[in-house]
Amino acid sequence: MTGLAPGPGRAVAAPGRGDGPGLAPRLLSLYTWLLILYAIVPIAVMVVFSFNQAPSGRVTLKWLGFTTAWYGHAFAVADLTDALVHSLEVAFGSMIVSVILGTPLALALARYRFRGKAVTDMVIFADIAAPAVVVGASLLSFFLTLNLPRGLLTILMAHIAFNVAFVVVVVRARVSGLDRALDRAAADLGATPWVAFWKVTFPLILPGIVAAGLLAFALSIDDLIITSFVSGQTLTFPLWIYGAVKTGIPPQVFVLSTFIFLGGVVLTLINTIVVRRNLP
Amino acid sequence: MSGRGKARAGAGSARAERAPARRRDRRIGKAAVPYLLGLPSWVYLLLFFLVPLASMLALSAAVGDPIVGYSYGGHFAEFLDAIGQYHRQLLRSFYYGALATLVTLAIAYPAAYWIAFHGGRHKSTYLFLIMLPFFVSFVIRTVAWQFILADQGFLFGQLKSWGLISDRFYILSTQWAVIGGLVYNGLAYYVLPLYVAIEKIDRRVVRAAGDLYADPASTFLRVILPLSAPGVFAGFLLVFVTDVGDFVNAQILGGPGTYMVGNVIQDSFFVNQDYPMAAALSSILMFLLMVAIFLYARAFGRERIQEYAA
Amino acid sequence: MSKRSNSGRTIDPALLRGLTEARVSRRGLLQAGALGLGMAALGPLAARTARAAERDWEAWWKQQKPTDELVFANWPYYIDVADKGAKNPSLDDFTKASGIKVKYLEVIQGNAPFYAKIAPVLKAGQSIGYDLMVMTNTWQLTELVMQDWLVPLWKEKLPNFKKYASPSVVSPDYDKGNRYTLAWQSGFTGIAYNPKLTKREITSIDDLWDPAFAGHVGMMSDITELGSVALLKLGIDPAKSTKADWEKAAKVLKEQKDKGLVRQYYDQSYITALEHGDTWISQAWSGDVFQANAKGFKDLKFVAPKEGVMLWHDNMMIPVGAKNPLSALAWMNFYYTPKTAALIEDYVNYVCPVPDAKDVILKDLQDPDVANSVLVFPTEAMYAKAHDFYTFKSYAEYQSWNSVFTPIIQG
Repeated sequence: MTGLAPGPGRAVAAPGRGDGPGLAPRLLSLYTWLLILYAIVPIAVMVVFSFNQAPSGRVTLKWLGFTTAWYGHAFAVADLTDALVHSLEVAFGSMIVSVILGTPLALALARYRFRGKAVTDMVIFADIAAPAVVVGASLLSFFLTLNLPRGLLTILMAHIAFNVAFVVVVVRARVSGLDRALDRAAADLGATPWVAFWKVTFPLILPGIVAAGLLAFALSIDDLIITSFVSGQTLTFPLWIYGAVKTGIPPQVFVLSTFIFLGGVVLTLINTIVVRRNLP
Repeated sequence: MSGRGKARAGAGSARAERAPARRRDRRIGKAAVPYLLGLPSWVYLLLFFLVPLASMLALSAAVGDPIVGYSYGGHFAEFLDAIGQYHRQLLRSFYYGALATLVTLAIAYPAAYWIAFHGGRHKSTYLFLIMLPFFVSFVIRTVAWQFILADQGFLFGQLKSWGLISDRFYILSTQWAVIGGLVYNGLAYYVLPLYVAIEKIDRRVVRAAGDLYADPASTFLRVILPLSAPGVFAGFLLVFVTDVGDFVNAQILGGPGTYMVGNVIQDSFFVNQDYPMAAALSSILMFLLMVAIFLYARAFGRERIQEYAA
Repeated sequence: MSKRSNSGRTIDPALLRGLTEARVSRRGLLQAGALGLGMAALGPLAARTARAAERDWEAWWKQQKPTDELVFANWPYYIDVADKGAKNPSLDDFTKASGIKVKYLEVIQGNAPFYAKIAPVLKAGQSIGYDLMVMTNTWQLTELVMQDWLVPLWKEKLPNFKKYASPSVVSPDYDKGNRYTLAWQSGFTGIAYNPKLTKREITSIDDLWDPAFAGHVGMMSDITELGSVALLKLGIDPAKSTKADWEKAAKVLKEQKDKGLVRQYYDQSYITALEHGDTWISQAWSGDVFQANAKGFKDLKFVAPKEGVMLWHDNMMIPVGAKNPLSALAWMNFYYTPKTAALIEDYVNYVCPVPDAKDVILKDLQDPDVANSVLVFPTEAMYAKAHDFYTFKSYAEYQSWNSVFTPIIQG
């Protein structure tokens, strides 16, 4: 890392001396763009090859010519579409349940001192820090032990289990940032705690809840490792692809992923714009 | 999406603790409130996180075979068998994890630094661009690398046809492909905590160092780097744990001799049906990582790591 | 019971160290609770349900009511497709003829992984949701039979099998009298290669050990296939091999790996690696190579090496708990007609179990390449080169093979 060393100092010093950005920041800027390029290359491959011809119905390495045919047949591979539907179901389900479960705990952690708080913190941290393969293997051990058939329900249970912790952390950060004076004011004006919560606190932490929900949704829809343990014979979108890689993936995989990509980007941009607008 | 959520989560949970609002503590039932609020999550995490860990440990010591089934017994030798048979894969996982995480740090830091200090009005745009891979499924990203790195693919195929590299040259199926995949997939996870940490550094401190005639190198090494340490450590933890437990990169990009412990656990469950072996290996992995994490947390403070990691 | 609490107590230290800190009383409480739950849950796994003895399957079959559904689990790219993957003409013909709707699922990627997915469900006495599935004549098939997890077929409803089946799939060694299975396809395991990259003809299994191809040799991760090819290389008939032979075979495989010859141990993905040029020469299944040729990878060639090829059979079978067993029989019978077999064969290009399909492919489908291929409609000379897999007589024997060959792929 010492190679970067000249950068910061010059960077900070230069503007003071009024001779424009120095060499190091310019190099770093170039570097950042290269890193962005590196981050984007695989995405470009995905998008570009979703327009490639594939006479065999499988994606090929060679460029065989431009076509939009796969977009016309985006949902032609029935079990891939089913898998995507499963993924969406689990993502919605786990988003909603984990927000409902996690938000109250986040409130408790942010606003109260209580015996067991340290342990709770520890468990939440362990849930986030535990490697996915261990979480998956332990859930599978548990389901095997219970003789519980694996399927959509066990996938949902597993996803809630890891999402709860993320929701707690995200919402808690939002709650902690709030000014307690507001609900004390509400209480002084005679509001019951219940009313004060719904009229004052809840609207204020709502952005945190939404952010937590979006994070939960994103984590769920992309999860492969934990899901691979608890899915039984049910396939989610990532699992289907993971299986199909062995024999070659149909172009529809790239098409649907491009949709998801664009959907995510658009949603985020809208979210950003809305948040900016609401800021004073 | 996850990136944005994470960014926001970074702010402010360190200030979590405030004096409870005494005045509302009039009613006796008040003390029960945090427990009632926490109960649903607790029950859930108990049932679907802690109990499963316990049942995994119990399964490690089970006896039997796939035909007659497994029953619980005190076969603790399974742990020794697991280490005896698979210590290479275990060590390899830690080696790949450490190397990949260091490389990720090395390539992420300069960009995070530049965005935080020189990004100007477009900071969030740069971050957003680096975060774009988040919007593409992890498997797809890895598959895309398999495409890019293929021997006769558009990259190496072209270089080979120009005679720039030997026909025999390949990266796919080597440990470099696996480590490269881990690096790529960890990048966005590392840039974010680094950015948040560097962004928080008070510019006046940096300027003061310059005013005191610290040369750029020592300003960086003695001021900026230490102040960004929380991000460095939090990101390291997050990326390292993810990398050590990964099996997807090794499966899609690896070759003979790149088996990681995650692959062995997968095989034991889903090919050989050797549940005790799978459970024992996961338990060992969990134990090793937990020890590492808690030493790390003790040295560094869990609150801060958590704050950045999430 | 005492055993359980034993294992319970040992859980303690690791969990303790791993998950908690301070506040002893709470932690103790929680753990007691967690362990209590965990232990309570151990029951079902420990108690293995005793299988019902011989059932009167004839009577069972007669009780079954016809349904208009069929759930068919198969391997990927193992049936005819049309219209960009949206249609399967053979299945559509079947639906037209019988009124039975087919849910066709490409969920089988390998015998062992698929078996490991369904076994716990079957063991729990639950339905796996498939009425028909296709598995190879390897250990997992033996295991399914040993565990009584297959429904014996009702021969009365399968007249076409008697009429059209190739002698090579009638009453095979692994399923005498076709009690449980009918062949879907057979196939040869030989060598595929890309002459442009190997720059020479391939004729022998020894070529898989040629240092000239270092880093570009594909081997299979299926340990039955992997062990068998090494046995053939050593001149040993896999079906008659012994444990000592297996160890010799493992030794040459290990040498091959240690010298850096092996690119990867592949599952079905070996064919993608060949297509991409990652491997120049690879263990391969006959039909895949034809399919690769058909989709534009014209360079790839399949060869039956002089040491011999492995002949395997993928079989249709009905798992217990199937909801539409009569539909499954109806499809099996429908499949064993020259027309349907030809439709499918012309796409999958393995070994056709219905010899009369040859004429249909030649005349109606006008595809002489497939019809005249000895790999699709093998000649006697071709069969003479073919070897069967070793048949494992017990789990212990399979485990022994496993322990010899698994370390090679997991290196």
